[in-house]
Amino acid sequence: MKSIAFGQYYPTDSPIHKMDPRAKVILTILYIVCTFLCKNVLAFAALLVSAILITLLSKVPLRMVLRSLRPLIVILAFTSLINVFMTKGEHLLTPNWQIPFWGGNVWHIQIYEEGLWNALFMILRIVVLLIGTSILLSYTTTPIALTDALERLMKPLKLIRVPVHDIAMMTTIALRFIPTLMDETRRIMNAQKARGADFTSGGLIRRAKSLLPVLIPLLVSAFNRAYELAAAMECRCYNGGKGKTKLKILHLHFGDIAAVLLIIAFGVGIVFLNRFGFYYTMK
Amino acid sequence: MGKIVLDHVSYIYNAGTPFEKKALDDVSLSIKANCITGVIGHTGSGKSTMMMLLNGLSAPTSGKILLDGYNINATLKEILPEWLKLPEYANMRKSTAKKEIKAELLKRKKTLCFRVGLVMQYPEYQLFEETVYKDIAYGPKNMGLSDEEIKERVYEAIRFSGLDQSVLQKSPFDLSGGQKRRVAIAGVIAMRPEVLVLDEPAAGLDPRGREQILEEVRNYQKATGSTVIMVSHSMEDMAEYCQNMIVLAHSELIAQGSTQEVFSNVSLLEGTGLDIPQITQLIQCLKARGMDLPDDIYTVDRAAQLLKDLYRKNKGTI
Repeated sequence: MKSIAFGQYYPTDSPIHKMDPRAKVILTILYIVCTFLCKNVLAFAALLVSAILITLLSKVPLRMVLRSLRPLIVILAFTSLINVFMTKGEHLLTPNWQIPFWGGNVWHIQIYEEGLWNALFMILRIVVLLIGTSILLSYTTTPIALTDALERLMKPLKLIRVPVHDIAMMTTIALRFIPTLMDETRRIMNAQKARGADFTSGGLIRRAKSLLPVLIPLLVSAFNRAYELAAAMECRCYNGGKGKTKLKILHLHFGDIAAVLLIIAFGVGIVFLNRFGFYYTMK
Repeated sequence: MGKIVLDHVSYIYNAGTPFEKKALDDVSLSIKANCITGVIGHTGSGKSTMMMLLNGLSAPTSGKILLDGYNINATLKEILPEWLKLPEYANMRKSTAKKEIKAELLKRKKTLCFRVGLVMQYPEYQLFEETVYKDIAYGPKNMGLSDEEIKERVYEAIRFSGLDQSVLQKSPFDLSGGQKRRVAIAGVIAMRPEVLVLDEPAAGLDPRGREQILEEVRNYQKATGSTVIMVSHSMEDMAEYCQNMIVLAHSELIAQGSTQEVFSNVSLLEGTGLDIPQITQLIQCLKARGMDLPDDIYTVDRAAQLLKDLYRKNKGTI
């Protein structure tokens, strides 16, 4: 459990780290749109180059970025298999591939060129999507900065009575306490192990039952913490976001605006590249 | 040889990552049986890490921990050649002997936490059962004891903890902080461990609760004759309750020996951020002024007695 790093924030000094978190949220959304705009080889090549540039710019080690892709392997394999076997097109690559079954039945394997292209594009799309969002947000933005940015961006929703500040505060507190609770869990597990608890053997029901001695103290202390925090906040006259000033006031710089404009231009460029009928164009 | 021996033990957190941190650095020491040994050191000196190693909750990065001469983290590969030569396995067929040894090893690993009972820091947070009785019975139940035996042990443990038997039917969450702490300690004592390890048993209690808990630990040790290891950063408590001491600083062993030896060697403690007890400091100041006093004064009671005697003897001259 010790090895689970909370969040993925990678502290270093890069242009992306320095950007305004609001700009990064907008950039991320636009970048996701860009990945879905891509339709042919040229566009996807441009997308891949952009992902590599962003990674280099963020100074996050490539090894860490690739490691975050590992849990995706199953999904990637699954989508590409479905695309390869299910896409129907014009260029059949396997005219005579058959697998005989009992009773004289035969299964025709039909793989079209279009299917292969689709699979390749889907893999690229998912990988770039993940790299883009993790570099632009999770690796380079602290969770606190992120909730702060979301609070500012959702401000217009206040007009329709959405409690934006409260949502942001709740998110911040929840994020803040995840490492604390994980620490606590580890401590309580150790304490019960010292009394001979066994969390690893037995069937599903037995194992779930063996977790009770951990979950109950954990819940009790989580509630206690919540009460204490609420009392501490009240003691310091917290009464919601009304009239509250910020410790860190967000400033949009020229670079932030330039980056947003750049990514819009990139999106337009992709739409333009899509017009070339190069090899294969996705439908 | 001591009850527990640490042989060149090192422990590194997050080894091989950028967050690597050394918690214990080549520590070799020996803990005597049938007495209270105090482990003292500043925050982050590696005390708590060492306690977790003693009952096998974590294994050292390098080095060995011996309990009664047996390496508690031994792997099958390491012990197999030696054990096969033992008389009880020598006559068996090799495959049977291997199976038997494997089972024995597993059993030893499982029972280790019952032999070395660990009370962690702030143990009151581990209580979870509906009643105090059930909570204290949790450890013995995991040992697979009969209900009769469990009952006997629970009553014995609650007696050692100094609580009234009427709390047994209460919910542990209704007790006061100090009472919860005692119940948690009783939960470990009920396993009748050969070695009782207490990590800061008196932390966060008022002076009175502190004294009571430490007094009960002493009584428990006297009554059962077991080995007790106690972590603290209070020199006064150590001086009062421990016969032997281990001093850790910056993940390294600074000193070990009887309380008297350690405290009379003031130069060792300097630079560790630890102080000798205030009363010992006072005595040393008096000695520096030319008074003839012994070196091994570290409890207020003894110092008071000594100074009183001295005053009576020299009445008129001072």
